[in-house]
Amino acid sequence: MVADPKKNATDERLASLTLPQESGWLGSARQNALARVKATGLPGRRDEYWRYTNPAALVQADPGTTVGTPQADPFDAIEAVVIMVEDDRVTLTEDLPEGLEIMRLSDAGKADIHWARDIYGVLEMRGSGPVPRPLAMLNTAFATDGVVIRATGKIARPVHIRTVGKGDLILHHVVRVEAGASLTLLKSGTSGARANTVTEVDIGEGGALHHLRIQGPDHHRHVNTHVFVRQAAETTFKSFTLSANGQMTRNEAVIELTGDNAVSTTACAAFGKGDFHHDDTVFVTHDAVNCQSRQVFKKVLRDGATGVFQGKILVKEGAQKTDGYQISQALLLDDDSQFLAKPELEIYADDVACSHGSTTGAIDETALFYLRSRGVPKRVATDLLVLSFLAEAVEEIEDDGLREHVGACLADWLSQG
Amino acid sequence: MLKIKDLHVKLEDEDKQILKGIDLEVPAGEVHAIMGPNGSGKSTLSYVLSGRDGYEVTEGTAHLGEHDLLDMEPEERAAAGLFLAFQYPVEIPGVGNMTFLRTAVNAQRKARGEEELSAGDFLKIVRAKAKDLKIDAEMLKRPVNVGFSGGEKKRNEILQMAMLEPKMCILDETDSGLDVDAMKLVSDGVNALRSPDRGFLVITHYQRLLDHIKPDVVHIMADGRIIKSGGPELALEVETNGYADLLEGAA
Repeated sequence: MVADPKKNATDERLASLTLPQESGWLGSARQNALARVKATGLPGRRDEYWRYTNPAALVQADPGTTVGTPQADPFDAIEAVVIMVEDDRVTLTEDLPEGLEIMRLSDAGKADIHWARDIYGVLEMRGSGPVPRPLAMLNTAFATDGVVIRATGKIARPVHIRTVGKGDLILHHVVRVEAGASLTLLKSGTSGARANTVTEVDIGEGGALHHLRIQGPDHHRHVNTHVFVRQAAETTFKSFTLSANGQMTRNEAVIELTGDNAVSTTACAAFGKGDFHHDDTVFVTHDAVNCQSRQVFKKVLRDGATGVFQGKILVKEGAQKTDGYQISQALLLDDDSQFLAKPELEIYADDVACSHGSTTGAIDETALFYLRSRGVPKRVATDLLVLSFLAEAVEEIEDDGLREHVGACLADWLSQG
Repeated sequence: MLKIKDLHVKLEDEDKQILKGIDLEVPAGEVHAIMGPNGSGKSTLSYVLSGRDGYEVTEGTAHLGEHDLLDMEPEERAAAGLFLAFQYPVEIPGVGNMTFLRTAVNAQRKARGEEELSAGDFLKIVRAKAKDLKIDAEMLKRPVNVGFSGGEKKRNEILQMAMLEPKMCILDETDSGLDVDAMKLVSDGVNALRSPDRGFLVITHYQRLLDHIKPDVVHIMADGRIIKSGGPELALEVETNGYADLLEGAA
């Protein structure tokens, strides 16, 4: 019999985990996901979807060791409803504005009937076709806990999930924005040894979610995240991620536009050096009329760092008047760094406007000289040009205060090298 | 102030000699103009003095006061008091004009061992100087040169010059792309900066700019050499007769 490394790795990982004992809807969802991940197998080196990122560190049974201590949180200065997640310990706050419900996933799972039942594992499963996402399946089966959030009104104060990971973190959040409601969700923290996070977002008609995430300069980071989004008619979803440093980051966003006139934006500004490996994988499905989707991904890579972008826009039959825009760009600060991009469009409607582009370039020598001729030292001038390059992604943040905050955070990290 | 001796420069990547022995001295308090036909090496001279990559000095020296310019990084030359107003100022999206100016001013102060300007002091000074150049608050806030008209870009160069207070200013075809009103505004800005301890080297194709910025000395450059130097009347001669006569005379 020929050894199957992929199956062995899957078996080993599954054997290392314990399925939380839950009856009810959450237990069923876990069983369903377990069966799916067993059938699919965890990602292996030969899977096309993992061609540019070696999944070994994210798959192997041993999560590695925790290094480093949590830094000051970048969102500390933002007044928010803060939810602390320390490994599998979720600490909620009592002080909630009207129109906002927050629970632990484990508590929601104990209720016979809960709204999260229609979302948990459901959006993940929808998003696992046509491309399987076995690490998300694994998460649905084995999530130790998570935060379940429901907005029924326009919530001014952001909700901030702050994670401090230590061991092998598996978290699963569920967000429901009801019709006409709106919410801003902030995420930050450290991954610990390793983190696998899934967030399922369901936005009802006319609702809006702003998703803002900072993956700080946590060099040890080994993380894979999935955000699954389902958008009804007239909805807005805007996501921005700032990612610095970190050895292994794979952020997947899977967005389904199911109602007419929906708007969906995903953006990321990432920079790192040396063993930095950052992978953005995005899949947007247009299944309704007159929707807009926009992806702006920018990476700055130095000293041998690697950036990956896989982005697909699928326009289904009948999704007329689709307006799709996608740009992925990398700024390479030396010859050792690399950017691997695979932009894809698949269109089955005949009245759409879709554009995509990908560029890889070096620093603009003329601009560098201009700055230096004004007395700005080379290192600072390079940082300014890096900021300039990343600005296009940062500008996707709608809220002025949050945008300035993130910009300042970025400048600060850059100046620290 | 600025002393250039027997300067020979070739392109780094090509075997092409651009400057073939430039001798030039600009004392403090004087304005010198360099005129010459296209391809004579005027812009190359400004780039070599300010330290742009891509050129190789094969012979000669250039000093700013005691500083051996050719041995310094571009930012060191700037801190030592050299300023080049670009023919084509560069657009830098995403970096506010104000941030850029403050970074530059404070970097130079730091390099010279001076105290950095506080945000408040900086703001006061920049507002006053911007007003003289008819640069409004909106232009200061916008990203560096992005969406600026030709005239606005050149005024922005002069604002930088005014903020950085250099000892030696090189203006590389600052008149290109300017209409009459813009040229007047830019020239007024430059004239306001004329002082006994500051030198100017004004590179231009046309005499027109020199109506506004009156030079003490005019040099005619051709094929990598200064072929003639004289008073302001030399510029008028060029305006009337073109370069042809002068070039023939040199040959």
